[in-house]
Amino acid sequence: MTRRLAWTLAALVPLAFLGVFFAWPVVTLIVRGFFPDGAFSLDAFTAVFAAPRTWRVIATTLAQAAAGTLVAVAVGIPGAWLLYRTRFPGRLVVRALVTVPFVLPSVVVGVAFKSLVISTGPLGGLGLDGSFAIIVASLVFFNYALVVRTVGAMWSALDPRTAQAAATLGASPARVWWTVTLPALAPAIASAAALVFLFCASAYGVVMVLGGASYGTIETEIWFLTSQLLDLRGAAALSIVQLVVVAACLLVSNHLQARQARAQRFATDTTQDTPWRWRRDGAATLVTAVVVGLVLLLPMGALLERSLRTASGYGLDHYLALGAPGSGPISVPVWTAAANSLRTALLATLIAVVLGLLVSLVVSRRPRSAPAQRALGVLDAVFMLPLGVSAVTVGFGFLITLNRPPLDLRSSLILVPIAQAIVALPLVVRVLLPVLRAIDPRLRETAQVLGAGPWRVLASIDVALAARGLGLATGFAFATSLGEFGATSFLARPDQPTLPVMVFRLIGRPGLESQGMAMAAAVVLTLGCAIVMGIAETLRPKEARLW
Amino acid sequence: MSRTFVGGLAAALAAALALTGCSSSAASTPSSAPATLTVVTHDSFNVSPDLLASFEKSSGLKVTYVAPGDAGTLVNQLVLTKDSPLGDVVYGIDNTFAGRALSEQVTTPYTSTALPAADADALKADGSDRLTPIDFGDVCVNADTAWFSAHHLAVPQTLEDLTKPEYKDLLVVPNPASSSPGMAFLTATVGASGDPGYLGYWTALKNNGVLIAKDWTETYSVQFSGSAGKGPRPLALSYSTSPASEVVNGAAPTQALLQTCFRQVEYAGVIAGAKNPEGAKKFIDFMLSQQVQADIPGQMYMYPALRSATLPADWVSFAPLSPSPYAVPAATITADRDRWIRDWTATVVG
Repeated sequence: MTRRLAWTLAALVPLAFLGVFFAWPVVTLIVRGFFPDGAFSLDAFTAVFAAPRTWRVIATTLAQAAAGTLVAVAVGIPGAWLLYRTRFPGRLVVRALVTVPFVLPSVVVGVAFKSLVISTGPLGGLGLDGSFAIIVASLVFFNYALVVRTVGAMWSALDPRTAQAAATLGASPARVWWTVTLPALAPAIASAAALVFLFCASAYGVVMVLGGASYGTIETEIWFLTSQLLDLRGAAALSIVQLVVVAACLLVSNHLQARQARAQRFATDTTQDTPWRWRRDGAATLVTAVVVGLVLLLPMGALLERSLRTASGYGLDHYLALGAPGSGPISVPVWTAAANSLRTALLATLIAVVLGLLVSLVVSRRPRSAPAQRALGVLDAVFMLPLGVSAVTVGFGFLITLNRPPLDLRSSLILVPIAQAIVALPLVVRVLLPVLRAIDPRLRETAQVLGAGPWRVLASIDVALAARGLGLATGFAFATSLGEFGATSFLARPDQPTLPVMVFRLIGRPGLESQGMAMAAAVVLTLGCAIVMGIAETLRPKEARLW
Repeated sequence: MSRTFVGGLAAALAAALALTGCSSSAASTPSSAPATLTVVTHDSFNVSPDLLASFEKSSGLKVTYVAPGDAGTLVNQLVLTKDSPLGDVVYGIDNTFAGRALSEQVTTPYTSTALPAADADALKADGSDRLTPIDFGDVCVNADTAWFSAHHLAVPQTLEDLTKPEYKDLLVVPNPASSSPGMAFLTATVGASGDPGYLGYWTALKNNGVLIAKDWTETYSVQFSGSAGKGPRPLALSYSTSPASEVVNGAAPTQALLQTCFRQVEYAGVIAGAKNPEGAKKFIDFMLSQQVQADIPGQMYMYPALRSATLPADWVSFAPLSPSPYAVPAATITADRDRWIRDWTATVVG
């Protein structure tokens, strides 16, 4: 009885959090759009869907998200193999490097990409400016790490002996891949793909800069209708479309995961990876080198170059200026902004990891009754919704819901980590869930037979194994919080800027100094993220062994 | 073991919630110790930290600053929250959005004695005193003069010049739908060519290869050849004060075309239903004080509303104001802006 109560509680606490800080604001704003003058009306809805532009925008959104996801997954799987199953010098550095784009503010990435491809840029001759290819490249830039790390974490945990046995029995490498490895990785791939799809569908700043004036997605339209026109009716109609797209994406992803999720043999430790060999790893290395070199390093290099460019050549002037506020364009030194970012990110990570662990544990249960199974599926999907819903909808929703005591939080600093935790939570769940789902139920049964109580089983099997993914989950939550600038921008505090806010404000000012400092602050953010992800990587608890 | 696991989670959550509790109570309990003031601003708000600290000290107010977005976002958030105001005082509503703020009555009248009537009259949005002018600036096309002399081409002067074939493919402006300076320039063209004449003007601009960028940052920092970005286009929309930021060794490589300008005015106001209207008035007086007014040019690149405030030395030579900016009444902008943007999008973007 207490057990059922505890599980119910474990589901209710995160649900209540999501309900108050996400569902309530979003639903209230959308509902207001349907009751424009106090009376229910579908006029705006029909008007929006009668406009040819709406359908063009929906098509663009789907094309952008599908292409971004396909390419990110296709190039991410070889990357996961290379970085998680082969051993070579500098592997940890490359792992940290590929994650860095994840935290970069989109306004800086937009400038970096655009500067590369415009006619006067280094790649100006290739005619990439305004092309769909460059938009997809920017989406891969942001989301590559999600695929590499989510799939890589699963891959490195798989027992290689299954694949070795198949090979020994005469299966070709291709056959081993299709019949053993891919099915085992499928849940992680589906999980990562769903995340990437949602991120790509709601990408905003970069695609608007790269796509040109006529480029519009559901996200950009909602932003325009809500923040510039306060046309809540039109925005509500498009928000419904957005929800339908998200729901469809989650349905497909869940279907794939459920079909493929099965118990896996986990390796007893993670030192199963083998030294790099040209014949076996050459192809994966080439793909990864091209992606990392062209799509990741080139824009980051452009950013670094601009942070070092001064009026008289190159130097560290902009970095030094970041430390000396007063006369310059910043009100606080960069380390104060970094400290603000860190403080917020720590709190956001704590909230996201605690709630994410609860959600993952609940969702990974295997109840016998069909309704209970369906309920868990829905629960899983519900926590993914924040990734697909427009930040402007959440931000404006906050204003009309969290506006009365005891929840008048609109000008409170606590709302920032809460908003970031909501975005980070699905990432935590996506990382932990495939690991928990893959636990062989016989492990738990064995523990029970050996006399362990239900809580003991949970602690020494589920939680101990989830701890393997916990480092990665914490790293992602932290990185998300460091870089988040959607919901956060509506809650920005000019006198207490975080690093992304500082970058945003600097890049909005004319002059070489401000521009250089914006790039330098972005590089600082990048380094901070790389360090945090590097530490998270090495913090895999040793006791998380199976036997 | 089992109990400690669940207990640990509960404790962590309780800690998180406790943190929520203490930081929010600081902002929402006006009765305790120091009186509080919430200032809502646009996202370019910048005043020297020591001035902000001295305001807290002299007024005895604990001030919270929130900056939810650009001028448009700001006004729309105030309209949306009329029944439970976001804060006490707003700064950063510009004259392209002032009409909406006025017709929705999101602020209450206040006449600050800190601003001489003559200065106020030159910039006010209407006769109601609901919005107090704080600063202003001219949104103008900037030219990369070095580029023009290298190409032996005269620098264009007027809006009409920009449609001439010798200036084909040289101009970049931000999209009025997603940028406030972009909206200001669209308004300038309405002021110059009338409504619906401006659409004809934009058709000519389009045929002459105008590039529409997402926002000011892309326009100025990426596409403009006269900025640090060293982009391809020598004509870009920015402010009349921007050339002062590009000065190297006492010479400005760029100049503003003073016959292409729209005068943008930024206002402050006491938010209707403010918990602390007296504090709000003090803040408006503070924004109009000599020190803050003299601080504004360096911090926000705008001209102070107070004409007697000291200007930075190099502004006299490198950041002149337009003698005759295009003007459109705030009420007209409010009534027509959505239609202008729609028609502009249909004409220029397609």
